[in-house]
Amino acid sequence: MNDLVLKVEGLTTCFDTASGSLYAVDGVGFEICRGETLALLGESGCGKSLTAFSLMRLLPTRQARIAAGRVVLGGDDLLALPELRMRDIRGNRMAMIFQEPMTSLNPVMTVGEQIAEAVVRHGKLRGRALASRVIELLDAVGIPDAAQRSNEYPHMLSGGMKQRIMIAMALAGEPDLLIADEPTTALDVTIQAQVLELMRDLQRSKGMAILLITHDLGVVAEMADRVAVMYAGQIVEQAESRDFFASPCHPYSRKLFDSLPTIAKRHQPLAIIKGNVPPLTAAGYSGCRFATRCDMAKALCEGEIPQLQDAGPGRAVRCFAYDDRYRGQWGDGASAIIPAAAARPQQQESGADGGLLAVRDLKVYFKIQKGLFKRTVGHIKAVDGVSISIGRGRTLALVGESGCGKTTVAKAILQLQRPTSGSVLFNDVELTTLGGEALRRSRADFQIIFQDPYSSMNPRMLVGDIIQEGMIALGVEPDPKRRALKVDELLQQVGLPPEAKGRYPHEFSGGQRQRVCIARALAVNPKLIICDEPTSALDISVQAQILNLLQQLQRTTGVSYLFITHNLSVVAYLADEVAVMYLGRIVEQGRVSDVLTAPRHPYTQALISAIPVIDAGTRRETIRLEGDLPSPANPPTGCHFHVRCPQARPECSLQYPEAAILEDGRMVRCVLYPRR
Amino acid sequence: MRIWGPTAIVVVWLLMAVLGPWLPLAPNHIELEHILAGPGSGALLGFDDLGRSLWDRVVVGAQFSFFVSLLVVSISLSAGTLIGASSAYLGGWVDHVIVRIIDIFLAFPGILLAIALAGLLGPGLSNIVIALSIVGWVGFARLARAQVLSLRHREHVQAAQMLGAGPLRIIVRHLLPLIMAPLIVEATFAIAGIVIAEAGLSFLGLGIQPPTPSWGSMIRDGSRYMLVSPHMVLVPGIALILVVLAVNLLGDRLRDRMDIRLRERK
Repeated sequence: MNDLVLKVEGLTTCFDTASGSLYAVDGVGFEICRGETLALLGESGCGKSLTAFSLMRLLPTRQARIAAGRVVLGGDDLLALPELRMRDIRGNRMAMIFQEPMTSLNPVMTVGEQIAEAVVRHGKLRGRALASRVIELLDAVGIPDAAQRSNEYPHMLSGGMKQRIMIAMALAGEPDLLIADEPTTALDVTIQAQVLELMRDLQRSKGMAILLITHDLGVVAEMADRVAVMYAGQIVEQAESRDFFASPCHPYSRKLFDSLPTIAKRHQPLAIIKGNVPPLTAAGYSGCRFATRCDMAKALCEGEIPQLQDAGPGRAVRCFAYDDRYRGQWGDGASAIIPAAAARPQQQESGADGGLLAVRDLKVYFKIQKGLFKRTVGHIKAVDGVSISIGRGRTLALVGESGCGKTTVAKAILQLQRPTSGSVLFNDVELTTLGGEALRRSRADFQIIFQDPYSSMNPRMLVGDIIQEGMIALGVEPDPKRRALKVDELLQQVGLPPEAKGRYPHEFSGGQRQRVCIARALAVNPKLIICDEPTSALDISVQAQILNLLQQLQRTTGVSYLFITHNLSVVAYLADEVAVMYLGRIVEQGRVSDVLTAPRHPYTQALISAIPVIDAGTRRETIRLEGDLPSPANPPTGCHFHVRCPQARPECSLQYPEAAILEDGRMVRCVLYPRR
Repeated sequence: MRIWGPTAIVVVWLLMAVLGPWLPLAPNHIELEHILAGPGSGALLGFDDLGRSLWDRVVVGAQFSFFVSLLVVSISLSAGTLIGASSAYLGGWVDHVIVRIIDIFLAFPGILLAIALAGLLGPGLSNIVIALSIVGWVGFARLARAQVLSLRHREHVQAAQMLGAGPLRIIVRHLLPLIMAPLIVEATFAIAGIVIAEAGLSFLGLGIQPPTPSWGSMIRDGSRYMLVSPHMVLVPGIALILVVLAVNLLGDRLRDRMDIRLRERK
């Protein structure tokens, strides 16, 4: 391995503020060789993106400055180069792609022009040679009809396509190193699988080195040769990917694995990392940055700063437990893991199943209107005949990619969006015909928790008032004194201190805000809570806390959940039943244990196989889906999925398959399983 | 602090307006021997073409500019916010009709419409207020409507709906407090605009009638003697500029202050 592309030593980037310098990247060092992928793994705010920007010398604000370190790219020390030379290196020898393909492209230039711009900057191509080079690049990133697509504008392309364009632009200068900053976080799983595969193929054919920045352990397992885990501005562990997934060493890495929801951990609380990431301070640290949150911490960890210790071939850990001088204190380092909470006896899978919610043939159509007189020229069938039911104290997960209509289902059940037709029977009351005051009264029984805890609370109200609001509006607790007590009780129930009620939402972190939202929903004693992607905006360790909380609340209050998500591992961990949606319809529905372990519908199979798995060594076959989700305004004839389906037959395009009930009670809509 | 300068000017303006009636002022007292005399000659700011003290007249004029702008802005703000916010929240044909009306008002240049209205209604204090309010509410209505439209589908509004809050409660507790910041900032800028508009109308003779002084009519009177005694234009002119500048600067500061999030971060 002497094809060293990039060598980083002691890279330190700090923000100069009035109260001193904050070291957001502190002494980071790593190496990447030709054709190798190094994953920089960490939660939000750990400094991984800032590291990438420091390599590029494109710091986000004027306060940021690279304080120390060496970045050597193929013999040149980048930090010593003048800015003019640096410009030649960016894009040419070192290129970068970003998380948000939607905002990374210029909306008023065709994609061909944008790629051509990158080509011209780095080569001397003109005219026809230039055009053919652009098309060659588009072909390389797997864009069909490259010649025609190059004349289109970014808004005409889907998210996955845009990310491919970004990759094409990055490839224009034939870089030695590609920095990918969360390249697939904004994409759906099936599209993520396509983009990751593309990156792997390109790496194989061009021999680039890739620095992959991500928070997703699954993506790391899929892509990386080596892993560097970042925590609070430092690399705490560096290892070969295989070794890392077989046995993570640093206590933080282990905790990350333990806090992942999986089917094996059903009905057990997930491991959580106590406390918060220590804030950046000008004063610096006197000990290990993870010490206050670490279960294995000893007095030594608080008082002395640990260095990266060698722990086997190609492996380094920043922890005293791997330091020969102190190893004795922990016994054998590796075996000192505190086991995750002991497995509890499985809860009874089939609880009392008095139906709470029964949705029959729900349809929500949006009119497409055109022209002066607003003629209705068509319908967007956002939800097209969905039937689900939830029992008391049960959890149904609604799974699907973005745009499949799962949030619209939730809104139609809650009557926030009146359904076009169908029935919503809640506790034997038909909600669709309920109006005005009667509907308002019944709202106490069903509540919603939104994805984004930032926008779902009124920023001008105190947390206490936010939680009380429902109790006042619905008259659940008219007495102010008792209401105040109830607020304290609710805050305690969701794990927040009682002082929280006197503060504003923006003073809390994302996870804490989500707790406030949960408390607000619980305040009116609902029987059903619809959780609309409640953890997808949160870090892994925070997600574990919220999932634990939801599960514990279900045990104590017997509330039912309709859990809307695209994250199948959360489904596996939390839900009793699962319904898979594709383009406004449910294609498969059944018990979680059946559907996730043995999916029958080709879409479910593809969806499950597209999720990167974390088990070391098992690189399984992904069922690759071509293309993107079609528009619900103009869905394919017959089965909506047949245009992407690997098992499509001619009859699939004729009519939508009937629902078939299989022997294990699951429902599938596919011609492969004819109705009996 | 940069905020003290403008605040001081506005406070002086306010004191002039509120305490004016109790001050020993004689805006219409004529001293023939001092006609067109410059500042310092017996009166602080000199005398006009009829020998009236400019200081007295500027102070009394401040009352009118202050009360006209305050009245017009409060009428326009409340009417505009009410119309705009309910238009956006109700939606449908109500919204369509109101948007068309707003468009029609906006099609006319504001000051021209005010001149036409003032001409139609005849000169006088109350007619100025009516004319300027009819022109003024449109801006607030449009701003309030746009703000509510963007907030209406925010999740916290839906959450309130889910908690059983009625439309009134949602508008008052969840929409108005959030749109107040831009509206109040807009209102301070509007005060400056109204001060100028009132002066403009008075300059054209459509506002307050002589002998009652107003800054606009003082400038008009002075313009005839501009070369002989420029202080007649400069005194009310500088008063006008100072007030408008100070109010605008305060509006700027206010905008920074209004955002809770910005304030906490400091």
